[in-house]
Amino acid sequence: MTRLKEDEYFTSGHRACAGCGLALGARLATKATGGNVISTCSTGCLEVVSSPYPQSSWEIPWIHSLFENSASVASGIEAALKSMGKDDTEVVGMGGDGATADIGMRGLSGMFERGHDVAYLCFDNEAYMNTGIQRSGSTPLNASTTTSPPGEYSFGNDRPKKDLLEIAVAHGLDYVAPASIAYTEDLIEKVEKAIDVDGPSYIQIHTPCPTGWGFPEDKTIEIAKLAVETGLFVLYERVKGDIKNVKKIDDRKPVKEYLKTQKRFKHLFKKEEGEKEIEKIQEIANYNANKFSLDSNEYLDERTKE
Amino acid sequence: MKREVMEGSHAVAHAVKRCDPNVIAAYPITPQTHIVEKISQFVADGEMGGEYIRVESEFSAMSSCVGASATGARTFTATGSQGLLLMNEVIYNASGLRLPIVMVVANRTVGAPINIWNDHSDSMAVRDSGCIQLYGETNQEVLDMTIQSYKIAENEDIMLPAMVCMDGFILTHTYEPVSIPSADKVKDFLPEYDPEVKLDPEDPVTMGTVGFPKDFTEIKYQQFDAMEKSKEIIPEVFEEFSQSFGRDQEGMIEEYKTDDAEIVLLSLGSVMGTVKDTVDKLRKDGKKIGAIKIRVYRPFPEEELINALEDVEFVGVIDKNISLGKKGALYTDLAESLRTAGSDVMMANFIMGLGGRDVTQSSIKEAVEDSIGMLRKGRVDKELKFIDIKEAGK
Repeated sequence: MTRLKEDEYFTSGHRACAGCGLALGARLATKATGGNVISTCSTGCLEVVSSPYPQSSWEIPWIHSLFENSASVASGIEAALKSMGKDDTEVVGMGGDGATADIGMRGLSGMFERGHDVAYLCFDNEAYMNTGIQRSGSTPLNASTTTSPPGEYSFGNDRPKKDLLEIAVAHGLDYVAPASIAYTEDLIEKVEKAIDVDGPSYIQIHTPCPTGWGFPEDKTIEIAKLAVETGLFVLYERVKGDIKNVKKIDDRKPVKEYLKTQKRFKHLFKKEEGEKEIEKIQEIANYNANKFSLDSNEYLDERTKE
Repeated sequence: MKREVMEGSHAVAHAVKRCDPNVIAAYPITPQTHIVEKISQFVADGEMGGEYIRVESEFSAMSSCVGASATGARTFTATGSQGLLLMNEVIYNASGLRLPIVMVVANRTVGAPINIWNDHSDSMAVRDSGCIQLYGETNQEVLDMTIQSYKIAENEDIMLPAMVCMDGFILTHTYEPVSIPSADKVKDFLPEYDPEVKLDPEDPVTMGTVGFPKDFTEIKYQQFDAMEKSKEIIPEVFEEFSQSFGRDQEGMIEEYKTDDAEIVLLSLGSVMGTVKDTVDKLRKDGKKIGAIKIRVYRPFPEEELINALEDVEFVGVIDKNISLGKKGALYTDLAESLRTAGSDVMMANFIMGLGGRDVTQSSIKEAVEDSIGMLRKGRVDKELKFIDIKEAGK
């Protein structure tokens, strides 16, 4: 067990909801920066809760410009620092999942492809939370959001979650990693590595949202952990493209255990046909388990094959 | 001073080089390309020291300039047409964040139908963004305005982005003799950019915060106030530049043979060359005609125009744009200023040069003939006219 550094760069007093996974993620991730950093931020929950004029939670230089340009603004900052001979200052780009997967994809792809020395952190709470829980490209299959509600002809979001990590890998990045607020040391270590990389890097931090997902605010960590333990959110690293340091799961739990904790999946348990939909989600977890050789337990491998 | 013959785009590139920006971020669009190609070559040859970001869109061009400028860097970008409209959201943002980004707009119309040729639909569409707008008539004027823009935008009482508009192809691709100031003289004229507030880990600041209703109006007012103050500062910068570099363009507007003019033609940009030539010809025929060129469109030179048009009987406003559902932008702005000031000068709006349609002396003459006719009748019977429009079926 290592002790966390005491320095705080995302300080208390912000306006995030109780139990906000994003706020914890931002706090941990900025701790990993060590402070000699300039950060950008997309429009969204993180920006709104942290910067109500004239207050600020940021102890690092921080700029919010627009929804879709966190990566492009970060590109400019990095170029400016280079031009002014201040290369020792690091640059971190922050964005929510909608800002990253959807509206900001072009700018992010450009930043990756041009090789800017920026560590980009996507805080993934799997929907547009700030505007009232609308579906994003990162919303998982069958999740209920305000724009993908279940109904007579719908089980909620009808598409699986966009794999942003693979998109980042496809750009030839030296370092790409998913992280979870439930695994603090792992998260901090990954952000440190991302910052150390000389070039672009990408971290996607899974940040459960009590308000948007519908669970009690004291369950945030538990639910983040369940996402990992069910194989729906896999922890690994891609170092120069190679899969490394997969967090193996001893007794992979059925996805049901994760789904039943959240109101956004409640509808799946109400109808008989919901069982089939849950099975589809289980297949996603099984696919992940296979792709990353997740299971450290033979018996479980057999069970999930059934 | 030595004069060299070169393309307008290259003249701009030379001006930018002498202003020594730290970061250039640009995306290619016709007819802006020669500007950014030349700058790329300067960077490739080590003649310019800045970082050149080959962004994936105009949206990112302006966004990267926002990041760089907020970090305390001098920045440059250039675009036009569709690219400028794609940037629009970021231009508003740069202005709200009070970042003195300088850009050159190679004016081109906005589709559909897609069309790469000149008019002012693009820059007029962003006129309310809080970005200073200068319009050049000649390549020399555009070159000078590019340098002047940095000094204007970076003035601590202004701190707003600035846009130098040059007509696509008509200026960008046309060779004219220009005198290029020496780097040393530009350095003397333009102090280093060192903003009071910037992103720096030594002294962390938060930029781009949420502005609630209780503060938003005041923050907007400060932007408005900066624009108002720029009405004083811009002519001072022009004057200082003229004195340092031996130029004769000092005002927000330029009056041409207006002293005894009954009719004045008013416009902006390169068309003013044709307007002035036409005025000269018509004067030989004994017609009391003059012209006014608007050099600064935002802030709008209201006072200067009211004064200049005090004894004029008829103003013909030439717009290379049309606000669909209303009239030309310049006409509408001028009409509001004049009527509010109590002026009863007669006015008409002539739309011409859309999407690259040539504006010839006969186009200008038609506007003058119409103006003379209405002045004689004492009645404006056709307030807006599309000049050179083809009849249906022809």
